[in-house]
Amino acid sequence: MKFIDEYQNSELAKKLAQRITGHSVRSIRLMEFCGGHTHAIMRYGIRQLLPETIEMKSGPGCPVCVTAIGDLDKAIALAHSPGVIITTFGDMMRVPGSYSSLQQAKAEGANIRVVYSTMDALEITKASPNKSVIFIGIGFETTAPTIAASIVKAEKERIGNFYVLSFLKLTPPVMKALLGLGEIKLDGIIGPGHVCVITGSHPYRFIPEKYGVAYVISGFEPLDILLSVDKLVQQIETGSPKVEIAYRRGVKPEGNRKALELMQQVFEIDGADWRGIGIVPQSGLKINNKYQHFDANNAFSGLLRSARNDKPAKEPKGCRCGDVVRGAATPLECKLFGKACTPEKPIGPCMVSSEGACAAYYQYGASYE
Amino acid sequence: MNDTILLAHGSGGKLSHDLVERKFLPLLANPLLDKLDDSAIFEANGRLAFTTDSYVVNPIFFPGGDIGRLAVCGTVNDLSMNGAKPLYLSLSVIIEEGLLMADLERIVQSIKAAADEAQVNIITGDTKIVNRGQADKLFITTSGIGIIPAGIDISGANAKAGDRVILSGTIGDHGIAIMSQREGLRFETLLESDCAPLNKLVAQIVEACPNTHCLRDPTRGGLATTLNEFAKQSNVGIAVEEDKIPVKKEVKAACELLGFDPIYVANEGKLVAIVEPGDANKVLAQMKQNCYGRDAAIIGEITNDHTGRVIMKTKLGPSRIIDMLSGELLPRIC
Repeated sequence: MKFIDEYQNSELAKKLAQRITGHSVRSIRLMEFCGGHTHAIMRYGIRQLLPETIEMKSGPGCPVCVTAIGDLDKAIALAHSPGVIITTFGDMMRVPGSYSSLQQAKAEGANIRVVYSTMDALEITKASPNKSVIFIGIGFETTAPTIAASIVKAEKERIGNFYVLSFLKLTPPVMKALLGLGEIKLDGIIGPGHVCVITGSHPYRFIPEKYGVAYVISGFEPLDILLSVDKLVQQIETGSPKVEIAYRRGVKPEGNRKALELMQQVFEIDGADWRGIGIVPQSGLKINNKYQHFDANNAFSGLLRSARNDKPAKEPKGCRCGDVVRGAATPLECKLFGKACTPEKPIGPCMVSSEGACAAYYQYGASYE
Repeated sequence: MNDTILLAHGSGGKLSHDLVERKFLPLLANPLLDKLDDSAIFEANGRLAFTTDSYVVNPIFFPGGDIGRLAVCGTVNDLSMNGAKPLYLSLSVIIEEGLLMADLERIVQSIKAAADEAQVNIITGDTKIVNRGQADKLFITTSGIGIIPAGIDISGANAKAGDRVILSGTIGDHGIAIMSQREGLRFETLLESDCAPLNKLVAQIVEACPNTHCLRDPTRGGLATTLNEFAKQSNVGIAVEEDKIPVKKEVKAACELLGFDPIYVANEGKLVAIVEPGDANKVLAQMKQNCYGRDAAIIGEITNDHTGRVIMKTKLGPSRIIDMLSGELLPRIC
């Protein structure tokens, strides 16, 4: 792979930071939507390069963090039912649900396998014809196409024991919800690069047009992020917010047509429950009628209903993950941060996930200046 | 039919004897092992170092090594990191029934090759066979005894302000080589594990600098975890520079793809040495002469500031704390 060192060049970074400092006059607030950006910003110490006029807020772009606790409880309930194998991304294992976690369920005997992609879940399904294999489908437009592809493949190969519990979420509607909420005033958003590889830049045009907020799509290397901040500052200072792509090597305005078609083929748009935000209309992906026999919500509806009635969802006391994903609080403002809640003994999902803001603050020592 | 390990190979009867006599003894033979008494008897004078470790790596064969080489190198290295000269190892193997005999042979050959390279003898051992599903192919435990030359005092608690931190080569090779072979994460790479016995490298370091303060091999948890251990044990601060830490470009690429930081990725053939500033260049030059220290570099120094903590100057210039690895390394989701 080329182009890594080029995007981490300290001389170029300094020049970019100087340019930003040179033309940043107004005090502004930016949000990096994506947890991957939060981690890169902390890992390379990018905040220390930026002028005091720029405040950075972390956003909801962490699939594990925005999974509603009730949805996590559903996954745990399914894990405990006999004849089921749960397949999941590793980050989900350690997130505490209302009463237990997948990790705890596994220790108690549930059959849970960590996979790196949905296609692995399909391989496990083929090797376990007498079990029902359920994939916990979390993520945004990034993971949705591969999950759709696995369902199409399962249909083609007539695999009857594969199910997806979809908690998939869409990014434009939640940005709309956050901006509409008006809880924190934002001047600009660093757009999620990987998501926009799939969606393209068009779905975000409402952000400058309706809310007057600048929007620049960024890659994940330090220079990508600095370049995006530079473009955001320029837009804001000149009063001309728009959608810009600062990640040309990955993102095309129209996105990835094939991936989008695959998503359309398998899913329909539905409301989704976001941790800390609540139900956001039209922000989730549900498996459509044609493929409903792969929907774990259908196949295990009775079990899921009784589990929910027996044990209603409840948020952990004192945890401010919900505020953190909205940008309404920084991890440091949570009383549990670094004390009761650490990566070894996490209370909320933001401390567990490798894309969570609390984990980034903790790992990269936000207190050290 | 493939020749495989059967439960009967663990019965203690004739098949068990056959397994040991045909598959282990011919390759690992030495006068102390060949006596086949219940314990090996030997003489040793001086301060002894004693260590043990278990190996459960998956997959058991990986680019650049296998579980056998790992089991020898790991224990040899644990002894070496206290300045001990490794003398003898024990070898205990738990095998899942159904393991291919050919795989076992390959692993024993690899154990022999690693032991020969490190110039240690395996002088006692044991094999057990368990039912399918009760182990994953093969688990190995090795213990080791080494002798510490007079005048050597190496410990993680010996770092002093002003000391230099030397890393013996590129980091993350082992962890990424293993991950590239894991179920579901397979990716093509020419990268090999750095799995290697470091006792000769250590002997060279100690000869050049008998006053070496600390040595440790950054295995699981990576460089970041080892540096944090030193900082806490010695109650000092450590300042390193990201730019000085050697990382192969394949490792860099894989880490970017998966969302990892190489300082947390495992190594099996690297060490960190902490020496007085006046000794640093001498030790570095010695290390570079050894094939396992060719890429050695001085990556930072010990400070009186921020005791108990490790600070890294990032490539972009600003500094940040590097903490120990917490939890597991998991690839990013999106």
